[in-house]
Amino acid sequence: MKHDVDVHDCKEISESCRPTMGSVQPARETSIPLDINERLDVRKILDGLENYHSPRRPWHWREGRGEPRKIGSFDYLETSESLENSVPLPGSRGFGFIDPQPDCVITTEIASGRFEDDIRRMRMAAWNGADHIMVIRTAGQSHIDSLLEGTTQGIGGIPVTRKQCRATRRALDLIEDEVGRPINYHSYVSGVAGPDIAVMFVEEGVSGVHQDPQYNVLYRNINMLRSFVDACESKKIIAYGGQLQIDGAHNANATAMEAWKVMPELMVQHAINTMFSLKCGIKPENIALSSVPPTAPPAPCMRLDLPYAVALRDFFRDYKIRAQQNTKYMESETREATVTHTLNMVISRLTSVDIQSTITPDEGRNVPWHYFNINAVNTARQSLNGLDGIREMVDINRDGSLGERVRELKERAILFMEEILEVGGYFSAVEEGFFIDSAEYPERKGDGIPRELKGGIGADSLFKRSEDYFAPVSVHFGYNNIPDQFECASDAIGGDTFQDPSKIQFIDELDEYDNVNVRIAEKQKYYDNPNLIRPEVEFMADGVVVLTLMLPCDRRHAEAASLVIGERMGLSDCEVIHCQVMHPAEGTYIEMKGRIDFDIDLSKLELPEVIETLSEAEIRDDVRERPMTVVAGTVGEDEHSVGLKEILDIKHGGIEGFGIRYHYLGTSVPIEKIVDAAIETNADAILASTIISHHDIHYKNMRKIADTCIEKGIRDRIILVGGGTQVVNELAVDAGMDVGFGRGSRGIDVASFLVKRRREMLKERNDAC
Amino acid sequence: MTDRDNREMAADATFAERRRHLAHLSDEELYTLFWELTEEVVEPLLQAGREYTTPAIERSILLRMGFSSLEAQAIVRGVIDHGLMGRGAGHVVWKVSEELGLSIRESGLALAEGKHWDVAARLFDEVAS
Repeated sequence: MKHDVDVHDCKEISESCRPTMGSVQPARETSIPLDINERLDVRKILDGLENYHSPRRPWHWREGRGEPRKIGSFDYLETSESLENSVPLPGSRGFGFIDPQPDCVITTEIASGRFEDDIRRMRMAAWNGADHIMVIRTAGQSHIDSLLEGTTQGIGGIPVTRKQCRATRRALDLIEDEVGRPINYHSYVSGVAGPDIAVMFVEEGVSGVHQDPQYNVLYRNINMLRSFVDACESKKIIAYGGQLQIDGAHNANATAMEAWKVMPELMVQHAINTMFSLKCGIKPENIALSSVPPTAPPAPCMRLDLPYAVALRDFFRDYKIRAQQNTKYMESETREATVTHTLNMVISRLTSVDIQSTITPDEGRNVPWHYFNINAVNTARQSLNGLDGIREMVDINRDGSLGERVRELKERAILFMEEILEVGGYFSAVEEGFFIDSAEYPERKGDGIPRELKGGIGADSLFKRSEDYFAPVSVHFGYNNIPDQFECASDAIGGDTFQDPSKIQFIDELDEYDNVNVRIAEKQKYYDNPNLIRPEVEFMADGVVVLTLMLPCDRRHAEAASLVIGERMGLSDCEVIHCQVMHPAEGTYIEMKGRIDFDIDLSKLELPEVIETLSEAEIRDDVRERPMTVVAGTVGEDEHSVGLKEILDIKHGGIEGFGIRYHYLGTSVPIEKIVDAAIETNADAILASTIISHHDIHYKNMRKIADTCIEKGIRDRIILVGGGTQVVNELAVDAGMDVGFGRGSRGIDVASFLVKRRREMLKERNDAC
Repeated sequence: MTDRDNREMAADATFAERRRHLAHLSDEELYTLFWELTEEVVEPLLQAGREYTTPAIERSILLRMGFSSLEAQAIVRGVIDHGLMGRGAGHVVWKVSEELGLSIRESGLALAEGKHWDVAARLFDEVAS
């Protein structure tokens, strides 16, 4: 059954007066150049902001979904168009640095409290594959009965204001051009200023919103009637804006004591907001359920959560699923949060997902930090890439217990809905504490959240519309007595801001002490001199660093000891952010944050010399003219082989591709053997790979190779190359090698070095003659 | 047997009993029933939305008429104080502008400053009478 929009006596805007952009055509920002090699300067974003009109921005789904796609060596089934600029996953090195973009939108929630720092984090997140930037609001904004203005600093989020939205959208316009994919900007239409915010969001180019009147009622104690009446207008505006709407049902999950029991209620909450939104005019494809797998390990979460996910998708098949991560059971360990997130994504891929949300794995310990946003986005990108097309091979078996449970959940949800009607409707059900009861319906524990119809914030703020009630705007819900002389209500005022954005009033700042200009002035030296830096996790130059410590003692002593360690290392404001017992007496693992109070001037750093590689053609020509042979192997008791093969093999861009012949001796090759092989084959070089680095064994083995070559009298005519993830060039040279190649080295680096070094050796020999 | 077990057994019994009328329904019939019930639950909520207005709705209208949030708040405060919310705040601004030959913005700003409320009261009294 498709649900039809019920218009009743709500006077719909006719096609002829559907708002169109008037005299001012908003244009996307293109005047500020964004250089990949420079940090984004928020001062440029703020300059002339009062005259910047962002176009209306309907929600954007990724392009090219549902098309099979060949990326690198692989065929993908669930991807979208690739980005022009991105940071591929670390592991992509083994696959030619491919960066497949999953088909679903990926969300990151950003809120440091200062939007000017959030903007830079958004740029990093976009480069790592996020295209849905959700901005968390500052604590308490729900209860402010007006729009907030200016750029005051927030707590646990930012005050969502016109200036902040406009600045962020302007920056995102630049960032999306840089990565080559539209970015959805998202925040909250909730609280007692919902309709005000909904209008401002359409005017300022916000593409996604949270809107669910039940959230106001249950968690913000806003009067029920006020909340639903406001929501009608908000949703009508959201429908016009073409924004995607996400509901708030997942909060029941986070609030209930035993979250795995509230599944029937979750379905009821989703349904109420979905149907309500549909009736207010939002298209089904713009209505998304905020769905969270209700439980987490060590509970057998997949078996509990999968039937729920299936039941939900059965009942809500016409709507979108925004899959959120379970945070209910999140502690301060980022690894544990990441595993839960990954398991949640198995459910996303086994069922369906339109938007994959991410929660930063540090949310259990602090307001999210820059790099944890990136970590969370990468967990999504990595898991979704890894699970690509899994449904081609794995089916959900509905015949057994899963099917029974799916049926049971649906029936429980229906019984819940029936009882709402039996007691007199939604308001009565809330008054009786039906919602957020942590027993599995129809059982009740009596710990639900009851609200009075006549109570809560804004209870006295409802006014019955008179017969002559008139709202002279182009988009409006409910009764509107439009005078006969007007075809469209907004004709009375010559068009509203949706039709003519030049009418929008911009307020800059209201608080002279708490605003972005003051904050920039406090950090002026870092803005003026980009070479001056401190470590940062949240705000520019906050100086926060993290120490990881494994202390061989019990927990209490470990926490106390780590604070002393931090102090003696010169850190201030030390605080243990994660503490985990490895054994009651043997050890405790600690992560501790602290602050440094000095700057680093990048212009004064001594950087290791960047070795220019020869061109591919020059290397090939040289080797063609004078053939080159090398012997290669992993030396010592070391079975690692992947890195060396990449340096050697033609298909990985290895030295073979330049015409260099190699003899690969395998792993755990004795030193004597590799040197003898070099002599036998009259090799130009030995390539010794050493991954294991305990007790500096890698450098000790390099020293042995050099010494053996000297003993055998070949050192002056052979090039010795050491390589491995833990190898540093200077230390390899100290150990008697000609060069050391560390993490990230490529075949061309080695080939170029070999050619150059051979030329030098020939020259040295000629000079000696 | 613990209290908890007893409670869960009772709940299971309740569920078994209460689901009887659903037992014979197909999955598709369950789907239809679920959404019919939902529609019934939300209808009174929508009706309230059609009949009532709030300060936030009226502010949102004034924002779209070209007023700032501060101006909108002041106008709505005046509209409430003068008992005109049921007529619509935008309506008040428009009517005063027509009566006095002011632009919409001039009318609204004057009302925000406490001016012309006598005119507004008179205009709407006339309608009421």
